[in-house]
Amino acid sequence: MTTEIKERIVGRSIKRREDPKLITGKGSYIDDIKLAGMLHVALVRSPYAHATITSIDASAALAVPGVVAVFIGNDMLDINPLPCAWAAGRVKNNLNTPRALAVGTVRHVGEAVAMVLAEDRYIARDAADLVEVEYAALPVVVDAKKATEPGAPQLHENAPNNIVMEWDCGDKAKTDVAFASAEVTIAEPIINQRLIPTPMETRGSITRYDEATGEFTVWMTSQAPHVMRLLLTAFVFGIPETKLRCISPNIGGGFGQKIFCYNDMAFTMWAARKLGRPVKFVEDRSENYKASTHGRDHITDAELAGTKDGTITGLRVKTYANLGGYLSTIAPGIPTTLYGRILSGVYKIPAAYCHVTGVYTNTAMVDAYRGAGRPEASYLIERMIDRYAAEIGLDPADVRRKNFIQPEDFPYDNGLGMLPYDSGNYEPALDKALAIAGYADFRKAQAEARQNGRYLGLGISSYVEVCGVAPSAWVGLAGEGWGAGLFESANVRVHLTGKVAVTTGSLPHGQGLETTFAQVVSDELGVPYDDVEIQWGDTQGTPFGYGTYGSRSLTVGGTAIKKSLDKIKEKAKKLAAHMLEANEADIVFEDGKAYVKGSPDKAKTLGEIALQASLAYSLPAGMEPFLDETSYYDPPNCTFPFGTHISIVEVDTETGRIDLKRYIAVDDCGNQINPLIVQGQIHGGIVQGVAQALYERAVYDEDGQLLSGTLMDYAIPTAEMSPHIETDHTVTPSPVNPLGVKGAGEAGTIASAQCVMNAVIDALAPFGVKHMQMPASPERVWKAIHQK
Amino acid sequence: MTTISVTVNGKQYTRDVEPRMLLVHFLREQLNLTGTHIGCDTSQCGACVVHLNGVSVKSCTTLAVQADGATVTTIEGLANGATLHPLQEGFWEKHGLQCGYCTPGMIMAAADLLKHNPNPSDAEIRHGLEGNLCRCTGYENIVKAVRYAADKMSVTTAD
Repeated sequence: MTTEIKERIVGRSIKRREDPKLITGKGSYIDDIKLAGMLHVALVRSPYAHATITSIDASAALAVPGVVAVFIGNDMLDINPLPCAWAAGRVKNNLNTPRALAVGTVRHVGEAVAMVLAEDRYIARDAADLVEVEYAALPVVVDAKKATEPGAPQLHENAPNNIVMEWDCGDKAKTDVAFASAEVTIAEPIINQRLIPTPMETRGSITRYDEATGEFTVWMTSQAPHVMRLLLTAFVFGIPETKLRCISPNIGGGFGQKIFCYNDMAFTMWAARKLGRPVKFVEDRSENYKASTHGRDHITDAELAGTKDGTITGLRVKTYANLGGYLSTIAPGIPTTLYGRILSGVYKIPAAYCHVTGVYTNTAMVDAYRGAGRPEASYLIERMIDRYAAEIGLDPADVRRKNFIQPEDFPYDNGLGMLPYDSGNYEPALDKALAIAGYADFRKAQAEARQNGRYLGLGISSYVEVCGVAPSAWVGLAGEGWGAGLFESANVRVHLTGKVAVTTGSLPHGQGLETTFAQVVSDELGVPYDDVEIQWGDTQGTPFGYGTYGSRSLTVGGTAIKKSLDKIKEKAKKLAAHMLEANEADIVFEDGKAYVKGSPDKAKTLGEIALQASLAYSLPAGMEPFLDETSYYDPPNCTFPFGTHISIVEVDTETGRIDLKRYIAVDDCGNQINPLIVQGQIHGGIVQGVAQALYERAVYDEDGQLLSGTLMDYAIPTAEMSPHIETDHTVTPSPVNPLGVKGAGEAGTIASAQCVMNAVIDALAPFGVKHMQMPASPERVWKAIHQK
Repeated sequence: MTTISVTVNGKQYTRDVEPRMLLVHFLREQLNLTGTHIGCDTSQCGACVVHLNGVSVKSCTTLAVQADGATVTTIEGLANGATLHPLQEGFWEKHGLQCGYCTPGMIMAAADLLKHNPNPSDAEIRHGLEGNLCRCTGYENIVKAVRYAADKMSVTTAD
């Protein structure tokens, strides 16, 4: 028997196993799936932002050959509205959610009013144009602050002044005192503009209904199929969970937009059951823009108090959070728990207070979008600390350094009701980024450039974020309103042939989890990487898990796998003891083998143990056959990745264009399982934040028309609009989980928008510019320079 | 209905189509070649890029009837049997894809870029791919992937 030691694979940048099928066009995305007898759906959508539906006449549509049915909201009153599963904790929430199709009133442009089902998609679209809907227009409000003013159009009877909730955190009294007695106070309005997530694949659902068993199968572009199964059965249809199987095929990006429970899941289920034929709906891009969720959209007054020599003494924030015409699945939790509680960022702020008003307006629903609350928070504190440094005439790097939470302060309680930050070492990351940026020389270069009429700017962003969402200790019943701890699950089976199959409740949609999970399993069990298979996506065959978002899959999902691996090893040791006729206490499991301490040459491989367990002839008394272990992991805390990003820009003062010359990212996500994959996540997140700083903005006019309704008007960056990114890292393992990982999926987005804006404002300082809203479009920059 | 005859990935197909049928739907629905994707409705995103008579086109804004008598290559036809095209190899080696949805169109567009400019600078790669959007990678590794392929293909030609 060979005694070759398997090479360690965790920590190596190996190629992804997901790629061979994707690079050859063999992926299986929702629109690739075809079922026999399938009907295609085209939707009739409201052109009004706010109106009552007075009549719907589908007769012309029904007369088109190939059209099988037309259904409207009133047909589906036997199912419930979609649920809002996260009411902001401890406050009164006026919850209103959409139905499968609108009933009575439409509250945003693009809200679905009727569904046409036809034999092919072209016929369905033709027929949808023939459905006649009469509306009585109502007055419209799109601005969150204006919607709360007296006289504003009211969207929902149960939400006076369109207020969903009033929520706060921190210590108001202490903060007011800090401001009243501060040497320096600064106040700035901060707009975190509405964004449209724009995964390259839009959303869709396909439902097949089995009339004989009453069971539904729904293929869905979902980051959380188990959660969808729970919500659709328990809340919308009122049927047992066992009657719904949810399958997420390959998903073309999510960024949070694909977490939620959407109307197409419900109306394809309803229609498939009604008609006895499979039903498919896939939105086009304009539909995705009008009716799938948006992100951000905060209007904020931010204030910071401090001493003249750079010590922060207070932070006071008032935010209006636009939630849209209805509440999406977890909407109220984003601008509250995930925002307010991390506003102090990486700094020790002795007195902080945040008040948030969540508001209904006649716009698309707003919910989590990459970072979900944390980019809004880090944008605010990093913009304000730069503003503060400029106000007192101190170097922004020094002011940050002065106020950093120190390594010995962890676990750190930030006074805003967040769980304690797990670990952190902020200064080395800042120092590394400054060194890479050549900071020492930059200010000199900047001064020289200014003398020559060239305007360079440097922006720093030191961030911390909270991920590994979410421990029951935090979001559980008595806490933040979610009503469940967001645990994760894993089942590990070692088959008779020694091959290892892992099923997970996680839902990869680009993160490379099949690769990274297999790396962990391979090292832990000492089996060849190619012998490990990771399976996901189908609620039939995977244990219940909360899915992939919130940078949680390695921290929570990976740890669930680790726990199952530990159980497998324990059982393997027990069985090995029996096979070796030794004492269990004397058995060691290492590098895929179990042996008596001191006698590694008389080992049993995991394969041999698995075979014995599967054949089951000779097992110790009381031992069940097979190596099969399941774990559910509720983490004790979140994890807190951090880092510092720096960007350097040059402003063209004649055109207002920003040239983003360098972008440097130093990130600490704890231990790295696959550095190549970590870097990929950082790159993608950074470009989304850069895009918020320079290009993207979802715009509604006064009538609630979405002006940025296609890719022609909403500026998703191309390769040419994106910077070259220089990455480096520090490693501060998380003490929260045995893998020591902190999560990396959202950090790039959380750090980057303010990094670029701080650079732009730094460049424009000679023109008296102290603050600016995003995006720093050429028009806005030019005006800041040339108009006073 | 109109009858068209198209050679796709080396195989000839004769089919009846409505004049308004988009080439991308023809490939995906009629020929079951679902590797070519749809990501937008304004011809911006490039997920639908294929080669029509050797030139990259956006198949979402090409009618199937325009491909009558023509040769089409899709992502499924790029590899040479089991041997990946250097671009496919580059995207794999350099982690040039995450969700994979933009990837077929990105690779097909890059193949056309390299045909016209076999040794592009990074800036030329970024400019040459301006018709293709990616939301996952931030483009950093896509540029590296195309560079990898350009280097590999120039070595092969130099031999």
